[in-house]
Amino acid sequence: MVDPENKTPENKVTPASRQYPDPAVKLKQDPPTTGHSWDGIEEYDNPMPRWWVWIFIITVIWAVGYWIAMPAWPGIQQATSGVLGYSSRANVATEIAEFETRNEQFFVQLVETDLEDIRDNDELHRFAINAGGSVFRAQCSQCHGSGGAGVQASGFPNLLDDDWLWGGTMEDIHQTVLYGIRNEDYPDARYSAMPAFGQDGLLDNDEIDQVVNFVLSLSGSDHDSQLAVAGQEIYELNCASCHMDDGSGDYFVGAPALNNQIWLYGGSPEAIRESIYYSRFGVMPGFSSRLREAEIRAVAAYVHQLGGGQ
Amino acid sequence: MGILDHHKKIETHATLLLVLSFLVVTIGGIVQIVPLFYLDNTIEKVEGMRPYSPLEIAGREIYVREGCYVCHSQMIRPMRDEVERYGHYSLAAESMYDHPFQWGSKRTGPDLARLGGRYSDDWHVQHMISPRSVVPESIMPSYGFLMNRVLTRDDAEHVRDIMRVYRTLGHPYTDEMMENAVSDFFAQVDEFGDPVADRYPGAQQRNFDGQPQLTEMDAIIAYMQMLGTLVDFETFVPTANR
Repeated sequence: MVDPENKTPENKVTPASRQYPDPAVKLKQDPPTTGHSWDGIEEYDNPMPRWWVWIFIITVIWAVGYWIAMPAWPGIQQATSGVLGYSSRANVATEIAEFETRNEQFFVQLVETDLEDIRDNDELHRFAINAGGSVFRAQCSQCHGSGGAGVQASGFPNLLDDDWLWGGTMEDIHQTVLYGIRNEDYPDARYSAMPAFGQDGLLDNDEIDQVVNFVLSLSGSDHDSQLAVAGQEIYELNCASCHMDDGSGDYFVGAPALNNQIWLYGGSPEAIRESIYYSRFGVMPGFSSRLREAEIRAVAAYVHQLGGGQ
Repeated sequence: MGILDHHKKIETHATLLLVLSFLVVTIGGIVQIVPLFYLDNTIEKVEGMRPYSPLEIAGREIYVREGCYVCHSQMIRPMRDEVERYGHYSLAAESMYDHPFQWGSKRTGPDLARLGGRYSDDWHVQHMISPRSVVPESIMPSYGFLMNRVLTRDDAEHVRDIMRVYRTLGHPYTDEMMENAVSDFFAQVDEFGDPVADRYPGAQQRNFDGQPQLTEMDAIIAYMQMLGTLVDFETFVPTANR
């Protein structure tokens, strides 16, 4: 305690005025010391708090139980597997199997129902759209966009409109997902190849300019009408067998319609010119080895209802 | 108090404390680490796993150099949601030729352990040049400069040196593979070249980036198209206790 009378005028406690306890006098209730002494400072040997000691002991007992219950100790050939038989691999297999069982009736129904009739069964259709939607997000969205709008002018088709390359019926979409387009993995993949008219010397540059203008005229875009008239004959000779005289395209060979404003690789004169000069060769993988039939049918139903299904 | 009195000697002797602590940590480390080298089920034997082809190694080096592992993992965990999205969970054997492994620890982008064959080469080229042109919500930076970085014979020889190091680490590169390392490096982008798959089963051989010259884009796409495709899961029987 500091005597208020001993304060300096600045109201400060001077070291000399402090009263320290005498180290030689020990309080009665002092715990024993450890016997360590450094520079006259001794260390009390206080016990650990009881709750702490008990938790420590319990964790040690728990650890021993855990060694027995769970995979733990390495042996000669493999680690002990534990009496509970825990296995992350078995767990995931069980969990997948559980959802399989729950969905099985719908998967079976999906495969057994005729593709065109899936829409008529409300419950099944709802299941197909949800299951197909999750397949779409995992497998298809990277190219066709998470919303299915494709990537404009980059060769990844929009699935929301009714402009189809290979047909937009359930059967058509199912076939496309099953085997893909222009891949070598499946002999049944949809296949066609447009000639590279410029690169292979089938048309010269002037003729290509004329065809470009005729194609622009088919879709009602700005064009040079003189060149377009000259291009018509070239178009009929070289292009119409697949793209049709009126530019309506042909699902059978995957020839895009040219008589609208929907362009797979862009509708500028430069982009059309590049398509004619080098041709295009869009590909899509087949999914029959990665997805099961029911999933392929579900994703076909999902794509079909996005907006453009026929 | 006898044993505690001896303990006092350790507590009051810094060097002795250091040496004995080190000994204890060493024993703990040995018990944890050594069994992994001899236990049969550490790395399961699987069909199809092979060391990487020279071009795939070059692609892998680029993958590491550009820090792809910072945002992409290569580790599908045994959980239903991951297995449904990415495919079969990863096996230890699938990273047995990775030094260092590319498991990653964070998924800013998706897992890439089974990337191979999921997308076309064209998609990869476009995605690397301009990720948002194909995935609007992506925040991946552009790697279009890989298109301009031509790989030369020096790079091929560097890869051969890497293979030599891998060989000392126990990767089963044969003498034939070493001799053909440089030619295989260039052959893998030439569809009509000497078939690389003779030495590296399942290796894909074509012009990956669509450019006449061999670039880093070819290498990284060759690597990505291989990821997760090597193990033959038809013959894989999972051991239960793990």
